[in-house]
Amino acid sequence: MVETIFDKSRPTRRAVAQRVKEGFAQQPLPEHQLRSAPPMLPEVSELQAVRHFTNLARKNFSIDTHFYPLGSCTMKYNPRGVHRAAMQEGFLNRHPLTPTSHSQGVLACLFELQELLQNVTGTAQVCLTPMAGAQGELTGALMIKAYHTDNNDHERTEIIVPTAAHGTNPATASMAGLIAKEVEVDADGDVDLESLKRVVGPKTAGIMLTNPSTCAVFERRIQAISDIVHDAGGLLYYDGANLNAILGRARPGDMQFDVLHLNLHKTFATPHGGGGPGAGPVGANELLAPYLPTPMVTKTENGYGWLDRSVRPKSIGRLSSFMGNVGILLRAYAYSMMLGANGMRNVSAYATLNANYLMKRLSNAGFHPAYPDRRATHEFAISLRQEAKATGVTAMDFAKRLLDYGFHAPTTYFPLLIPECFLIEPTETETKEELDAFADAMIAILKEAQTDPDLVKQAPHQQPVGRLDEVQAVRQLDVTAH
Amino acid sequence: MPDFPSDLRYAATHEWVRVDGNRATVGISDYAQTQLGDVVYVELPEIGTQVESEGEVAVVESVKAASDIYAPVTGEIVDTNDELENAPETVNADPYGEGWFFIIEMSDEELSNDLLTAEAYAAHCQEEGD
Amino acid sequence: MPFIPHTHADKESMLETLGIASIADLFDEIPDRIKCDSLPDIPDGISEMAMLHHMAHRAQEDASGVCFLGAGCYDHYIPAAVWDIASRGEFLTAYTPYQAEASQGTLQLVYEFQTMLASLTAMDVANASVYDGASALAEAILMAVRVNRKSKSRRVLVPASLHPSYLATVRSIVTHQGIELELMTSHEGLTAVSDVDLENAVAVVVQHPNFLGLLEDVDVLTNRAHDVDALVIGVVNPMSLALLKPPGDWGDTGADIVCGDGQPLGIPMASGGPSFGFLCTRMIHVRQLPGRIAGRTQDKDGNHGFVLTLQAREQHIRRAKATSNICTNQGLLVTAATIYMTLLGPQGLHEIASSCVHNTHRLVDRLTELPNVSMRFATPYFHECVLDFGESTEALQQRMLDNGILPGYPLTGLIDKGDQAMLVCATEVRTEQDIDRYYQELTNG
Repeated sequence: MVETIFDKSRPTRRAVAQRVKEGFAQQPLPEHQLRSAPPMLPEVSELQAVRHFTNLARKNFSIDTHFYPLGSCTMKYNPRGVHRAAMQEGFLNRHPLTPTSHSQGVLACLFELQELLQNVTGTAQVCLTPMAGAQGELTGALMIKAYHTDNNDHERTEIIVPTAAHGTNPATASMAGLIAKEVEVDADGDVDLESLKRVVGPKTAGIMLTNPSTCAVFERRIQAISDIVHDAGGLLYYDGANLNAILGRARPGDMQFDVLHLNLHKTFATPHGGGGPGAGPVGANELLAPYLPTPMVTKTENGYGWLDRSVRPKSIGRLSSFMGNVGILLRAYAYSMMLGANGMRNVSAYATLNANYLMKRLSNAGFHPAYPDRRATHEFAISLRQEAKATGVTAMDFAKRLLDYGFHAPTTYFPLLIPECFLIEPTETETKEELDAFADAMIAILKEAQTDPDLVKQAPHQQPVGRLDEVQAVRQLDVTAH
Repeated sequence: MPDFPSDLRYAATHEWVRVDGNRATVGISDYAQTQLGDVVYVELPEIGTQVESEGEVAVVESVKAASDIYAPVTGEIVDTNDELENAPETVNADPYGEGWFFIIEMSDEELSNDLLTAEAYAAHCQEEGD
Repeated sequence: MPFIPHTHADKESMLETLGIASIADLFDEIPDRIKCDSLPDIPDGISEMAMLHHMAHRAQEDASGVCFLGAGCYDHYIPAAVWDIASRGEFLTAYTPYQAEASQGTLQLVYEFQTMLASLTAMDVANASVYDGASALAEAILMAVRVNRKSKSRRVLVPASLHPSYLATVRSIVTHQGIELELMTSHEGLTAVSDVDLENAVAVVVQHPNFLGLLEDVDVLTNRAHDVDALVIGVVNPMSLALLKPPGDWGDTGADIVCGDGQPLGIPMASGGPSFGFLCTRMIHVRQLPGRIAGRTQDKDGNHGFVLTLQAREQHIRRAKATSNICTNQGLLVTAATIYMTLLGPQGLHEIASSCVHNTHRLVDRLTELPNVSMRFATPYFHECVLDFGESTEALQQRMLDNGILPGYPLTGLIDKGDQAMLVCATEVRTEQDIDRYYQELTNG
């Protein structure tokens, strides 16, 4: 039986160190505005709280504890020094509405990060406020929409996304009030140009592309795609999910993308935090830069300051309460300072080397890369379809069994068009030994699938819980302890 | 092997339709429920909704997928299987019986040629599976 | 090479396995025309020591002084254990808990968080967070329109006393789905209930305490909205709910959706982010709630465990028809908030909220002893209050800043004669001496 913190609660017990002064003579709030019963928060000692959450932490796989080759998520080492840099009192205690005269330190960091990201992406201007990749995508879609509206081009209501695209792309299109139109991907993993020509037209607002693509290959015909979409009056959006593969080697701006977002929690090593926070800065070329959201940071003779709507009248406006996830931006800034230009190019070099090496080891062992004739990028896809047909052991079973071998599973069943798919991204910070051990585990599991398939189908066996019933979780919804 | 009752007609999008006079009962095929896995939720249309053939009418969800259900015929929704709200697993257990979704009162009793016979639909599923 | 472990021998052996001569060969699918050979405008890398030295210098530049600023971000004390534990690698460096069996720590914590937030707001269910308070309100409005789809109207009423950044964010996001936002007028800082035309409203937004720190007539607003079948969206400060009637109890039947910013619950101000937004609702609307939700279930041996549930609402399954495009959320901040609420408990949270109310009232009483300082609105307030200084606050603000005091948020352009007014706040960390200093600085002017 798993004990929740509420099971440990006893009336009137408290973590006394957290007590503040009490016994105020007068309660100035009107009676009818007051709460009648206290909220049901746990009543535990400080040690109980510390022990409970420490023990919960120990039930997690994480980068700090396990190889975590989750495709499209870039689970690289999150440097401790960078964390310490952002957790300094001066940064933590700064109120967001402190006047700029007393905020020059943080504004200098943010301004330099804007410049750095412009350089890395080959864009004209960068805005740092979007708080995650998906919000960056929404920003880009709204900017594209605003541009067409500005040109009285009101018929452009469609955004093209590849069938293999991440779910946030079509979901973003809907949020922006646009319609997602799918374009096919060919047998090599590239966008099918004939399919693209069929969907492009006077209604095309733009196209959202990831490059390397979600199929984990470099989109070789990017120039042709750009020409087709631009000739039709549409714009190009770059989803930066896979920038780690080409950092310092190819810039989206040079690929004719008009607007893009970066995932700092991927390429720039900020921690994923069990689901977030991230940061999704957006960059744009001269054409779309005026539409970037606010606030942005500027540098003048009088120091650093904010750019708001009053000086950026075409901006799509504000997207957050204050200035987005500044703490994450500071981490990305500190990380990029440590890398420098060469360090960045080494990131893509060794991320790509690791992925290609692991793909080779797996294909030598008889596994099936989804695109065997292509180079891996910073990641690669394999299909376990043949293994599943032969043994009944699915990609999901493989994933669960890998946990028993001490590896977090790769991304499973994405992209959807590759059956029984594993998307594997080792990142540049893993050693050759770790990659070899992972390949050996895959080979061992394949053998188990052939000799004792039930062992794999019933996995995991050595985790805090066995395979959990997700069907029951929906049918008998239990989402609070009370 | 999935079951394809021969007295039904099927849409390529995996709905079945049983016609009784001008009333068409609609559900999803045995093949479709197998592909989806355990059904955990069915969102049904309001009674009185006018539906167009091939228009989206309902949604069926499993843990890992959500699929739109399209109207195989044009008409008005006159009844829905509210039992599915509390027992969506019926769709898996009895797709052609208790697991029906809704009934459409057809504005045109002539069925579209696009609706497949059991044999043609079985071939269609075979193709999709390969 | 910072953070890259490869020895020369490793690299050579890997290249040999691949049958290529150099790493550059791995990039041969990128057309030459778009390749770049260097990043000339980016400096060379520096050591951790040098980086930390630089960052320490930058951080010290902003050491800002005694904070009487609020306006949506509050200077609360954070117990030592909160970030000690939240910074553990297993929380800090885990991904979204998609592999449930390897993520029971995060998943159980989210489940406990949902329980705490639901109880605090008196709602049935909470999600695992969205980005921040402003974007939470945008999501709440989109959700209300989906829930109330029977209403053909898309008219959503928002109070003039709503946080201005929230209003701006909501404008940027929701209008693209054809939603019409309409401002309800304020009278004496409060939503003018009797003046509001509720006809055809899909949803009514109530911020409580409102941006000006004042307590709205939430019962009447909620009942009037429900009379015309409009949904009520409560925007609340979670700290205030230790004392104030929770949105689930507003009026006869309570609010329908509740959102806000979780920053007061153990999150450093940190220039306003990362914080987290929360969203709570009634069970009947759970399928329209965006974002992740953790649920309790069992494994095959009957052991309890936790998974992400109702995922078919989300973008990775539902794609263009998802409830939202949100993927990454603010998980680490939820971790901190859960530990914070656990350490404080109901009694501790009550004491801190009371202390904030007390300190702000003390500050206001003290400052209004001065002949030129007065309360702008004669209405009950929580832990923020609008003070009128009788003259433009610009010079005053600069003088106080130079003397190490952040005196409040100037309301220039936000309310009538806002250039003479500031929104002030004194949380539990402000002492009698701090208040005294504020008073003295004022009299020195």
